[in-house]
Parts: sequence; C-alpha cells; structure tokens
Amino acid sequence: MAARTLTIDGQLVSARAGETILEAARDAGIAIPTLCHLEGLSAVGACRLCLVEVVGSSRLLPACLTPVSEGMEVRTASERLQANRRALVELLFAERNHVCAVCVASGNCELQNLAVQVGMTHVRYAYLTPQCSVDISHPQFGIDHNRCVLCTRCVRACDEVEGVHTWDVAGRGVNARVITDLGLPWGEATSCTSCGKCLLACPTGAIFRRGTSVAELERDPRRIAVIVASRQERW
Amino acid sequence: MPTTILIDPVTRIEGHARISIYLDEAGEVSDARFHVTEFRGFERFCLGRPFWEMPAITARICGICPVSHILASARAGDAILAVNLPPAAEKLRRLMNLAQIVQSHTLSVFHLSGPDLFLGFESDPARRNIFGLIAAEPELARAGIKLRQFGQELIERLGGRKIHPAWAVPGGVRSGLADADRAAVAAALPAARATAREALARFKGALPGFSEEVASYGRFASLFLAMVGEHGTWEHYGGQLRIMDSQGHILADHVPPEEYAELIGETAEDWSYLKFPYYRPYGYPDGSYRVGPLARLNVCRSFGTPLADAELVEMRRRAGGGPVTASFFYHYARLIEILGSLELIERLLDDPELSARRLRAEADVNRLDAVGCSEAPRGTLFHHYRVDERGLLTYVNLIIATGQNNAAMNRTVAQIAGRYLRGDRLDEGLLNRVEGGIRAFDPCLSCSTHAIGIPALTARLYGPAGQLLDEVAR
Repeated sequence: MAARTLTIDGQLVSARAGETILEAARDAGIAIPTLCHLEGLSAVGACRLCLVEVVGSSRLLPACLTPVSEGMEVRTASERLQANRRALVELLFAERNHVCAVCVASGNCELQNLAVQVGMTHVRYAYLTPQCSVDISHPQFGIDHNRCVLCTRCVRACDEVEGVHTWDVAGRGVNARVITDLGLPWGEATSCTSCGKCLLACPTGAIFRRGTSVAELERDPRRIAVIVASRQERW
Repeated sequence: MPTTILIDPVTRIEGHARISIYLDEAGEVSDARFHVTEFRGFERFCLGRPFWEMPAITARICGICPVSHILASARAGDAILAVNLPPAAEKLRRLMNLAQIVQSHTLSVFHLSGPDLFLGFESDPARRNIFGLIAAEPELARAGIKLRQFGQELIERLGGRKIHPAWAVPGGVRSGLADADRAAVAAALPAARATAREALARFKGALPGFSEEVASYGRFASLFLAMVGEHGTWEHYGGQLRIMDSQGHILADHVPPEEYAELIGETAEDWSYLKFPYYRPYGYPDGSYRVGPLARLNVCRSFGTPLADAELVEMRRRAGGGPVTASFFYHYARLIEILGSLELIERLLDDPELSARRLRAEADVNRLDAVGCSEAPRGTLFHHYRVDERGLLTYVNLIIATGQNNAAMNRTVAQIAGRYLRGDRLDEGLLNRVEGGIRAFDPCLSCSTHAIGIPALTARLYGPAGQLLDEVAR
C-alpha cells in the first residue's frame, strides 16, 4: 500500500494511503480527543471533537473521516481548536442532565474524562434541563436518556457488529433520541438479542446494567474492536 | 409595646434558619418560631429514577450524615428486593453507622457546641468559637478533632471515601473491611475512647454550673421516639420503633418501621419549609415528640455496653430519674452515645464474620412499597419509596430527624425568650442563648428540608399587631 507523508503538529508522520488523519495521528502517538468514534465501528463524524486544522482548507475537518494526503499539514492543538473542543463539551453537558456525582458511570465515563481533558471548569451555556425518560423495561439493561450524547455508538455496534439493528435514532436536533425497535420500550423490542454490545459501546452512563448503583458501571469499549478483529481472522 | 424578635441567621448549626419571637401587649413572649428557609425538593426530583441509585443520590442531601441516608435508602432497597442480607453486610453497615454517630456527635459536641460548653455561654463572643477553644484548651480541642477523624477514617476505610461513600446498596454493601484496616481501627480505639471519657468527665464537671440552662433550654414534657433493639436496648440500625411519654409510659412498642405512617402524621405550617411530624393518636400539636440522642437514651432500657450503661445510669440519676425532659441533656446524651458507639465498634471489630466474601444479595423488584429506617445522629430517619414493576420510583417520602424535633425547637426558643428577653430589644445575650438552645438539638437544616444552605442566623422581634420591633442578623 502506498505511503503518504504528512506533518501533524510539526511532526513528520508516515501513513498508509486511505488512512484517516485520526489513525495517522494515533499511530504517531498524537492524541486527538474523540467521542463518537470507536475502534471497530464505522466513523460518522457526529461529535466534531476531532476537528483539526488543515493548511489550505478554510474549514475545520473531522480527523476521523478525512483521509491523509501527501504533504498535508495538520494542526491538532491550536488555541482555536482547544476553545472549540471545550465549547463542544460544555454544550454536551448543557443539552441533557449529566450529574456525575450520582451517575452509574462516574469514574468510568468518556464524557467525564473529556471534560477533564479539555479543561472544563464550568458550563458557560444555559442548561436545557430537558425532561428525559429512563427505560429499564429490558430484563438486563437500562437506558437513561438524561445521559445520552447521541454519539450513535450503540446504533452502530448493534447494526454493524451484532447485525440486528435494534437501535436507531428518532427525532431531530435537541429532540433526537436513540430508540429500540422503532420506539418500543426496550423490553418489548423483539429484535434485541440481549448481547450487551450497546452497553460496551456507550461512552457515558446512558446504557447500563439494571441494578447498577452509582459509580459502579464497568465496561471496556475496546472489546468491540476485539470482537471485530477476531471475526475477521476467521476463514 | 407589642414586639417581634427575629434572629437571622442562626450560627454554628448546619443550615440556614431564622427565628421570630412574638410579644403580647404586656411584653411577654407569646410565641416563637424557628423558620427553616431553604427548599430543595429531593422528594420530587428523585421520581422516575431507578431505586438502585437512591442511596448515592440521597446521600447528597447532607455532607455531615450522608451515611444515615445511604443506610435508610439501602434498607428501603433491600425491602424492594425482598432479600435478607448476607450477615457480614449487616455487620459492616452497622459499623459504618456507628462510625458516623461518633464523627457527627463529635462535630456537634466539640466543634459547634464545644465553645459554649467548655468556655461558657457568658465567655467573650469574639473567642467563643472553635478557634477560641483551640487557644484556651489545645489538648481537648486537638483530641476532639482526632476523635472526629477516627469516625471519618473508619467510614473511608469501609466505603472508600469519608463523605458520600456510594457503598451500601440495595441487597448489601460493595466491599468489606481489609484486615489491615481492621487492625488500624483497633489500634486507634483506645485514644478515641479516652477522649470520649475525658469529654464526658469535663461535661459532668461543668454541669452544676449549667443549672439555668438545664432549666430553661427546652425543658418540657413531650413524647420521645426512637428505635430499640429486641430486648429494649439501645439500637441504631435494624430495630423497631418505640414511643414513650415523659412519665416513662411506653405508648407504642415493637412497631416495625414500615408501619411508621400509622404512628406518625405530618403537617405543614406556612412559615417554614420544615414539616411538623406528630404522634398520630395524639394529633398535632399534642403529639409532638423528640428524637435523637436524648430520645434514644430515654426510650431504651439499657445501652448494652458496660461503660455507656454506667454513664446512662448516672445521667438518669442526675436528671432526677425517669425520662430526661431537659433538652440541654442532648449534649450529655451525645457524649454517652459516642462512648457507647466506640464500645460497639470494638465489639464488631472482633467479629470474624466481617471477613466474609459474600456481601450482596441479588434479586430484582419483588415488592413495590418499602420503608427504610436508620437512627441518624440527630434521630430516626425514614425513607419511604414506591416503585413501578421495573424499579422506577413513583413516590418518595423522607422523614428527617431534625423535622421531628421541629416543634421541640420552637418550644425551646419560646422558653428561652420567655426567661431571658428584657424589653423589646434583642441583645447579644439573648441571641446567644437562643442559638445555644437550638444547638442542643444539633439541627441539620440541609437534611430536614433536604435543602442546601449556608450557616447563618436572623432573629426578628414582633409586636402583637405583627409589627417588626427589632431585627438582628449576623
């Protein structure tokens, strides 16, 4: 496969043709924050946290979806990008009801980690405090829409890895919600195989195991990539 | 001239309050009100949450006694699951509650009331605080701070953190006590016990000088409510309810906490966010009762440990026999409970069962209506939940210790004002006495209104026509 040479944050990086900026940066040990991206699932560029500056482009480009090209010059940590990322994380917190102190995922949450990583000390935007429901009708799992960031990792894990597409997204904008079986309570969603991959993929405490108490949720989203890789090794 | 006195804010209590004193045409105190001016709404915003989260959510009601809420909530959760706990889990929960009684009572006796008790109510107000106590009595103050640390560290060793440990859960607890931690607690026990005994000795030595306070800081007949153990001994967890009147008659006994609603009614007054619970058969306000350390020591037959029992006998003798009606003795009762809790901690630490691995019973929703109860440092605490068939909360009622002492605190303010108010002006001496009287109850207003607040006191003096005569704030 042809190699491409580019510069990321002043560092010369060699990448394979077709690789994304995110992959090239991670291979080179350069961290770019992400939320909707999960190794093993397709990229959707929904969360905009991985936006980078590319010389010659007036727009910011999502690192998870932009392929590398020869001689590309990428900046991942300019002041403008850092300010953008902090604003994005603050907006995520303002949009739903994220209360780390009483959340099942506290201490094991990508949103919480991001807030620390981007230096969020407070939220500058008015909280929307929407009335969100909690669905624990499934025998094993629950979904708390208060904590959902609409990253769609559950939707993709269910569709691409388990192959049943129980999850989807309904509604638009701030009214968008992840749904099971076209809006049935999860417990009545007959397509669900109860495999738990959505739980593995969820970056926050939105999807949890029933009976989990605060700060008790443990799951390793990297297992999605392990499942995908193991499957590809079969013949 | 008709007068109202207002004390706002009340200091060295946990929360924000205001006091109004009403005078009649003759200038005599006609009424007094202890207003709690905060509101938080836990009973409303917890609706719709899975009940498994409730111990950690309701722990956030209070930073002083989160363990009480965690335990009452976890017990309500146990009842929803309809499980019996692994024995080690029960014992570990007991251990944490005792640790909390020690740390919270120590905070009250040393940090909040210590300046009044050990420096005197009449001492210089500028120095009558914890820093003045440290300057005047460095050894005693240091020992008190270390005693609180003992309790806090035991909580941390069990739950991973001193404040808001999300540790007790429906069905049990999350982790046990490591052998090294058990040894460290045992090693710190003798010093803690010595401090408790020293403080008791100091208090008893000073008690003859407090005869005025004993007589006027809320000394009246009332009912007392507390949990007792199987044989009527002192209990703080898992016991049943007993109500006693001030003559020592037991009006209700062996009442399981889940039947609290048959025992206790609640009413509201339009001038406070704090509800007024009362003993249902007697109605409101005749059925007003007191809870907390003094109530627990009044209703129990004995404490159940040698040192505390000897002190209990002595306290009853000093008070003249029978149930103790002087609220000033809350301080005394608190000191005895610290000592007794330390004895019980020592006993529990020796229990080999604490090392068991099985700490959590697993089940799903098996009951839709449940009550959890624990003796918080300030008195009996109830969490009453109803859930739907999946475990989402549809009803939450919290009855808090300080709320149950509400009527008693009002009477205490009226009694102190009646005894010490001179003319239609509020002076420093009166304010101090009113605050001191309230402090005997160690009220936690954050808890009782489930409300957030800053420590502060305002007092207002009103005339018979309702006109404001004087106001003092600090």
